[in-house]
Amino acid sequence: MALTGIQIFKMTPKKNCKECGCPTCMAFSMKVAQGAMDISACPHMSEDALAQLSEATAPPMKTIKIGTGEHEYSLGGETVLYRHEKTFVSETRYAASVCSCMDDATVDAKLAAVADVDYDRIGEHMYTELVYVNYAKDTDASKYVEIVKKAAATGRTLVLGCKCPETAKAALEVCKDGKPVLNGADASNYEEMNKIATEAGVVLGVSGANLDELYDTTAALEKLGNKNLVLDVTMGTVKETFEAAVAVRRAAIKDGDRTCGYPSIVNVAALTEDKAMREALAALFTMKYGSIVVVGDMDYAMALPLYGLRQNLFTDPQKPMKVAPGIYPLNGADENSICLTTVDFALTYFLVSGELERSGVPCNLLISDAGGLSVLTAWAAGKLSSTSVSKFITEEVEGKIKSRKLIIPGKVAVLKGDIEAKLPGWEVIVAPLEAVQLVKFLKDMQANGQL
Amino acid sequence: MPFNRKPQKFSASIKPVEIGCGDKAVKIGGASVFPFYTFDGDAGEAPKIGVEISDMGMEHEPEGVKAYYAGASTMAEIAKKAAEMPGADFVVLRLEGGDPNGANKSVEELVAVVKEVADAIDAPLVVEGSKNVEKDAELLPKVAEALQGKNVLLMSAKEENYKAIGAAAGLAYNQKVGAESAVDINLAKQLNVVMTQLGVSADSVVMNVGTAAAGYGYDYVISTMDRVRAAALSQDDKMLQMPIITPVASETWSVKEATASEEDAPGWGPVEDRGVSMEVQTAAADLVSGSDAVILKHPQSVATISKMIKELM
Repeated sequence: MALTGIQIFKMTPKKNCKECGCPTCMAFSMKVAQGAMDISACPHMSEDALAQLSEATAPPMKTIKIGTGEHEYSLGGETVLYRHEKTFVSETRYAASVCSCMDDATVDAKLAAVADVDYDRIGEHMYTELVYVNYAKDTDASKYVEIVKKAAATGRTLVLGCKCPETAKAALEVCKDGKPVLNGADASNYEEMNKIATEAGVVLGVSGANLDELYDTTAALEKLGNKNLVLDVTMGTVKETFEAAVAVRRAAIKDGDRTCGYPSIVNVAALTEDKAMREALAALFTMKYGSIVVVGDMDYAMALPLYGLRQNLFTDPQKPMKVAPGIYPLNGADENSICLTTVDFALTYFLVSGELERSGVPCNLLISDAGGLSVLTAWAAGKLSSTSVSKFITEEVEGKIKSRKLIIPGKVAVLKGDIEAKLPGWEVIVAPLEAVQLVKFLKDMQANGQL
Repeated sequence: MPFNRKPQKFSASIKPVEIGCGDKAVKIGGASVFPFYTFDGDAGEAPKIGVEISDMGMEHEPEGVKAYYAGASTMAEIAKKAAEMPGADFVVLRLEGGDPNGANKSVEELVAVVKEVADAIDAPLVVEGSKNVEKDAELLPKVAEALQGKNVLLMSAKEENYKAIGAAAGLAYNQKVGAESAVDINLAKQLNVVMTQLGVSADSVVMNVGTAAAGYGYDYVISTMDRVRAAALSQDDKMLQMPIITPVASETWSVKEATASEEDAPGWGPVEDRGVSMEVQTAAADLVSGSDAVILKHPQSVATISKMIKELM
C-alpha cells in the first residue's frame, strides 16, 4: 500500500544533506509519497529501508514495454481510474488480426490493409500499431510461422496469440527481435510458456477461463519470478469481459492488488464478427481499461472516431490540447480568400473549422499561439491581443496571403480598432459571438459580394 | 486463492424517470452503480435508445436513413416507422425548422407537427426544440400544453429559458423537463437547483449535460459525466441524481468525418459508413460514461447499440 510522506520520512537518515536535490529530507519524503521522485535518489538509505520502500512506493500498475525502435510502446503505468483525477498516461493500442485458420489470400489481404490507415490528427500520427497473429488449435504450425513472418514484415509490433508451446517457440524464433507479446499462458501451460517467453525476452500474455483462473495463473507466474506480463481479460461473453477489464484495473489502482497491476488485452474481434459491434466494443474498451484492443480489421471508418476518442481520453486535463499555429486553408481556399483568426485551443479550432467547412465558403483560418486557451480566457490572460494577432499576421501571413480582410472572434470585438491601427491596409471585420452563427454570417457576406 | 472481488456499493442511486404512458412507457435511470457495472450491484434500467426524426423531413438525411423511411411521406408515417425501428425505445422529434436563422417555422405550424406525430404513435415521445433559446421559450410551453396527458420529455430548458419551459412543462402540464448545460458539472448542478427552486419536482428532470462527437473536445464530455455520476452516487448529491439523456445523432452526423465526400477524402471509404461509425462509437462512449439514454438516427447504429446494451446488462 502507498505510504504517507511522514512514514517515508521516518526511514530517511534525516541528515538534510540535499544530495537528492531537495532542501530537506521531509521535502524529499513528500515528493516520493506523491510519486514525483524515486526513493533511489537518496544515496543514504539503508538496504533494508530501501527494499521496504521500493516495494511500498512502486506504482500500482506496472509499465510494460513492447516493440522496438519507433514501434516501441508503453502499456499500463496508470495511477487513476478516471482521467479527471490526474491523467491517463499510456494510450490504448489497436491491433488488426489474422489467424492461421484463414486462407493465404485472406491473410495477405488483411496484412496489406494494415498500412491503409495512416494520417495525422492534432500533431499525433494515427495508424494501426499492432498485428495480432492468432494460432487456431489443430492448424498447421509451419503455416502459422509463415504468417508470423509475413506479419513481422509489415513492420508492426506483433502480439502472438498462441497457446501451443512448440508452435510459440518456433514463431518467436522468427520475430523475437521485434519484441512481440506472446499471449499464450493459461492454467494448463504457464510453466512452459513462462520459460519460452523469458528465454526470448518477450512480454507474456496470461489468460483464463474466468477471472479467478486468470488471477491464479498470474499469481503463479509472479511466483516463478516473471513480472513482465499483460493480462488477457477477454472472457466468453461481452459482459464477463467488461467485468474482468474493470475488476482487474480497479483492484490494481484502488485496492492495491499488485497481481492485477498489469496492462490488459481485450480481443474484441474474438467477441463478435459484426463490424459495427466491434466498433462499439472498441470504443467501450478504450474507455474502460483496455491497454491493447484487438479490433479485427482497421479501416478509416473505424479509425477516425476511435483515434479521436483515444486522443481526447488520454489528454492531460491540466494541459489543454493545442493545434499548431499556422494558416489552415478551408474549402479549397487560396491566397485571395478571406482570412479568419481564432485561438489555438483545440476545441475552439474544431468548432470554428467545423462551422467554416459547413459554410462551404473558401477561407483561410489563421491560428496564432494563444497558450491553448479559449478566446475569452486567452484575451483575459493577454495571450490574445491586438499585438499578438498583428505580429502573427505581419510575420507569418502577409507574405503568403494576398487577401487583406480579417474576421476576428465576436467575443473580442474590442480589439478591432487596435488591430486596424497595427495592420495598415487590412479591413477588420467582427464575427458573431458563437461559432454556430458563422455559417449564416459567411453565406450572407458571400451573397452580398463582401468576400 | 481466487480473485478478491470488492464491489463498489453505494447507498445512493440515480432517480428513475418515466416517459410515455401505458404499456410502451419507458423508465430511464435507477442505477446505484457505475454504468454497466452489473457485477457491483443494481444497474437500474437498461439504457434506452431514442430515434430522432426532424420536422424538416428526410431531404438531408443519409441514404441509409432515407431508405429505412422509404414510402413514409407524412410526419405521422415517419414517426410510426421511427417507433418501429428495431432497438428503438422512444421517438425524438427535433423541431429544427423553428430556428429563426433557418426555416423559421411558426409556433403554430410546429405544434401541429408535434400533434400529428404524437397522435400517430404510442411509443414515448421526446420533443427537442430549435436550439434557439428565445424561440424555444415560446415554442416548448405550447408543445407541453398541446401534449397534455402524454407524459413527454421536453428538451431543452437552458439557463436562459428554464423559467418559461420549466414552469410550463414541469408545473402546468405535468410533463418531464430536459435540463441542458454545457459540459460542466457545476453548470449542470446549478440548473437543477434553480429548476427545483422554481417548483419542478426533481423526479421530473432529465439532464443533458452536453455532448460532442468523439474527437471533438470529447474529453470534457467524459469527465463531466464521470464526475456527475460519481457525485450522485458516492456523495449522494441529490441535485445530480437525475438521469442523463445524450443527443448523439445531431452532433456526430455533422462533423467532417461523417460529411466529407469520398472525392474530398480519398481513401476514407463510403461516407455513410463513417457516419454510422461516428454515431456508434460516440454512443458507446457516452453510455459507459454515464448516459442513461442516447438519441440516435441511423437504423444500423440503433441496432448495434441496442445489441451492445443487451449484452452488457
